[in-house]
Amino acid sequence: MELLTINNVWMMICTALVFFMHLGFALLEIGLTRQKNTLNILFKNTFIITIGLLLYCLVGFNLMYPGEFNGFFGFAGFGLDSPLNAEGALDLTYNEGYTYWTDFLFQGMFAATAATIVSGAVAERIKIGPFMIFTIIYVGLVYPIAGSWFWGGGFLKTMETPFYDFAGSTLVHSVGGWAALVAVCLLGARIGKYKDGKPQAIPGHNIPLATAGVLILWLGWFGFNGGSVLSAEPGATSLVLVTTCLAAAAGGVVCMLVSYLMYKNLDLTMFLNGILGGLVSITAGADLMTPTDAIIVGAIGGAIIVFAVSLIDKLKLDDPVGAIAVHLVCGMWGTLAVGVFGALAGGAQFVSQLIGIASYGLFSAAAAFIILFTLKKTMGIRVSEKEEIEGLDAHEHGMEAYPNFRMNEH
Amino acid sequence: MKKVEAIIRKSKFSAVKKALHEIGINFFSYWDVTGLGNEKEGHVYRGVSYSTSDIQRRYISIVINDDFEEATIKAILDAGATGEVGDGKIFVSDISEVYRIRTREKGANTLK
Repeated sequence: MELLTINNVWMMICTALVFFMHLGFALLEIGLTRQKNTLNILFKNTFIITIGLLLYCLVGFNLMYPGEFNGFFGFAGFGLDSPLNAEGALDLTYNEGYTYWTDFLFQGMFAATAATIVSGAVAERIKIGPFMIFTIIYVGLVYPIAGSWFWGGGFLKTMETPFYDFAGSTLVHSVGGWAALVAVCLLGARIGKYKDGKPQAIPGHNIPLATAGVLILWLGWFGFNGGSVLSAEPGATSLVLVTTCLAAAAGGVVCMLVSYLMYKNLDLTMFLNGILGGLVSITAGADLMTPTDAIIVGAIGGAIIVFAVSLIDKLKLDDPVGAIAVHLVCGMWGTLAVGVFGALAGGAQFVSQLIGIASYGLFSAAAAFIILFTLKKTMGIRVSEKEEIEGLDAHEHGMEAYPNFRMNEH
Repeated sequence: MKKVEAIIRKSKFSAVKKALHEIGINFFSYWDVTGLGNEKEGHVYRGVSYSTSDIQRRYISIVINDDFEEATIKAILDAGATGEVGDGKIFVSDISEVYRIRTREKGANTLK
């Protein structure tokens, strides 16, 4: 009983830390975009966390953890249904690490993250209405169904050599990243991003907020990975925090160095993306790695960011915040790294990781395509040219984020 | 009475302000401006290099009696210069009348 109390307190702290990540995402996204779209971005992020929790309560939790099921799709019914003991009180034998309620809320905080990743990639040009519809379907149905395949005990968990994703390099970050990629392809680049086929810089308007956002995300990752131990077991929890932080640090430093060698300037926004790249990379195997493994995995993630950002730019995929590089590319790398480094490394595991990546890639990209393509053909997903130039704040919301400050033209 | 307007580097503003204080000019207006000029500023953002000719400067506007004109201009020329392209410009024009709103008096005395 005492142990359950301690475990449960830790899990609730982690839940709060994961909740805090939504502020981190919001600040990073507004920092790396233009002033005139700030309110729109804050609105999207606020919508995602609120509707995300409600949907997870309504259907998500029971889609993701359906109990016994066929491994692909199961649903244990609408709403929450706490297990009771003989006296009619909450059944505390539910799990030794947490109560039913903690389980729901911790998982619920994760769920909204997948849509938040998309929000950054489509910023400054997506219509708010269709984005809200997309969020509802993606967070309410796609994410939990995909999650059930491994975390819910589905086919990727019951394979001969089970796929492994500790805290969601694939289940959360790539699921969001694939949708971001599909959305960016369907939306097209922002006006002014490409001139004569060459990518142009559209600098973000508030780098201090972007920095705060990334450091808040790092703090949140203490809960994201630390809570994925699913108890306060001292060895595993402390190791996970060490591997998480070392990978973040290595990712940041290597990304900064590589971007300096390539472009001869010390670009803070790349440094920040490198930290996130390191964090996403270690997330799949944070409990399997030694500190040295973690540094290598994070460092490679940081280097990947520089090349991925540049490649995505050259492919005419306009991703204002680097979400595809951070969440999709590093998410895949982190998932593969489980087969290369750490306790599970080996050929069979590597193949299982590939199967997992491919399954999630196909399902997420196809689902995102069907939702967004339908929205594009019916409501349209992109704002008018006039609206894009004048800013989404004024047109989608009729408000400004900074009413008493001077607006800078872009 | 004259109006002396100057566009100067922001980095030189405190030196110019001090030089103006030293010759007895204690009130004037200023604001930040963005302009276009010959100078190009090179930047790199997320691996994309770009340059901008948008230049940030500070604009100061001083209304003085005629006998202060020479000293004011000298103070700005001395304190505002770095010798590099982009130090800015000074414009001098005549002012036909000045009123002090509180006392309703007008003329040269209002500038003392």
